[in-house]
Amino acid sequence: MRFMMLMIPKGYETAAPGTMPDAKAVEAMMKYNEALQKAGVLLALDGLHPPSMGARVTFPGGKAKVTDGPFAEAKEVLGGYWMIQVKSKEEAVEWASRCPASENEVIEVRQVQEFADFPADVQDAAAGFSEMQARQSRGT
Amino acid sequence: MTTSAIHRAIDAVWRIESAKIIAKAARMLRDVGLAEEVAQDALVTALERWPRDGIPDNPGAWLMTTAKNSAIDHLRRRKLHGLKHEELGRELESQEEVRQAQALADFEAALEDDIGDDLLRLVFTACHPVLSPEARVALTLRVLGGLTTDEIARAFLIAEPTVAQRIVRAKRTLSEARVPFEVPRKDALAARLESVLEVIYLIFNEGYAATRGDDWMRPALCEEALRLGRILAELVPAQPEVHGLVGLMEIQASRAAARIGPSGEPILLLEQNRARWDQLLIHRGLAALERAEQLGGAFGPYALQAAIAACHARAHTPTETDWMRIAALYDALAQIAPSPIVELNRAVAIAMAFGPAAGLQLVDALMSESQLTGYHLLPSVRGDLLAKLGRTDEACAEFKRAASLTRNVRERDMLLQRAATCASPPR
Repeated sequence: MRFMMLMIPKGYETAAPGTMPDAKAVEAMMKYNEALQKAGVLLALDGLHPPSMGARVTFPGGKAKVTDGPFAEAKEVLGGYWMIQVKSKEEAVEWASRCPASENEVIEVRQVQEFADFPADVQDAAAGFSEMQARQSRGT
Repeated sequence: MTTSAIHRAIDAVWRIESAKIIAKAARMLRDVGLAEEVAQDALVTALERWPRDGIPDNPGAWLMTTAKNSAIDHLRRRKLHGLKHEELGRELESQEEVRQAQALADFEAALEDDIGDDLLRLVFTACHPVLSPEARVALTLRVLGGLTTDEIARAFLIAEPTVAQRIVRAKRTLSEARVPFEVPRKDALAARLESVLEVIYLIFNEGYAATRGDDWMRPALCEEALRLGRILAELVPAQPEVHGLVGLMEIQASRAAARIGPSGEPILLLEQNRARWDQLLIHRGLAALERAEQLGGAFGPYALQAAIAACHARAHTPTETDWMRIAALYDALAQIAPSPIVELNRAVAIAMAFGPAAGLQLVDALMSESQLTGYHLLPSVRGDLLAKLGRTDEACAEFKRAASLTRNVRERDMLLQRAATCASPPR
């Protein structure tokens, strides 16, 4: 099963555009990433620029409305994620526990939905979506 | 935490740490069988103590230290046996002092150095050619995958005592053959690596070949093989074929959800809903293949198979498939790893690229191949090509023959249906 480990750094919701983690934290995190890789469990990972460089699209009355970051109302925002393939939720939690995170960081562990988890009608609906996704990732 | 929650947490730590602990203990004790016992003892101790005392801050390190201490006890006991202990005595017969010094140095180093080296030694030992492929597979899943004998038995649909016995015998064989706990020297590395890759791919195929959707252990085998492949790719990153194999497995695994229908029937590659192919795994597979090619390994047998799989992965509809390229890749594969199965696949690719007549010529040449006697895909492919050429009576006979040879009920139904369609062509 696949899990997302979602990194939520407190304070990132107000971080200035271009904010980068310091070299020391990156070094420790690289070691951790390496450990995930060497254990054969890491599928993908990314870090995200602060929300002050992003935008939120909301849908008041079903119509898209764009608000540029930062977002005054946000209490927690994502800083990055890892996607891992493990045998159990406990294994995912164990990996998350090994992260050299600081006191103001939270890792939320969430299982990725697999196609087989969906009932048949949702599978049919999802198939159309993944087809589009497949086309995009093959650059057509 | 409840006791069962703690047990699940211990399972998780065990899965992450067991191979490393066994590897380290094997380096100290120079005996994989004994090392596994020592590691198991540490696990049993954890199962006893953690529910009572709580899980230690660094559970992995706790298990490792416990196993190391127990290994040291074993070594002390050996020494107490007056160096007349069977194994030590055997070692001392020749080059006594050199070996002793080496053993001591190894022991000291084992306490400190990179765990990766020990893991690699464990990989090569568990996959040693002195063991039968079945024994290698069972031992690898046990000591590197951290699977229980029960899990292995369920995955391979065999009785648990059979697996247990296989593992016991494998350990004994390693010990009797005095297989050293080491990474093979450069000149032997390629051949030994082949044996390791074979084991990983056997595990993968055992899971992949299954069309039974009811047993969760079978897909788990694919995941386990992928994990072992990814670990190995990190341990020997300069070996192109490791990346070739990982690429092949990632791309094949990407089709897992698409290749079995709602009622468990197999769905052939060209009929699969490609929307269900896993794009993340395809992406990883293509990247692994590229790495193999960059390392100069484009023509390794696994890299070639990965390249063929990649041709399918890149085509977003079956009609976009680059059959010319697939045919060329099968040509290359037939030259470096010739086999009747590769030849049959090559015939299919040639038929798709250059028409059914060209393919049929190759298939006809395989009819007398003794290795394919009783192989249902030969008449199945031949029937398909004959049908395309309008030779319906012959096609019908071939589909019936194929149906009589397959052991898979759903496949038999499908073949009989094709035979029926041939017998009474539409309009």
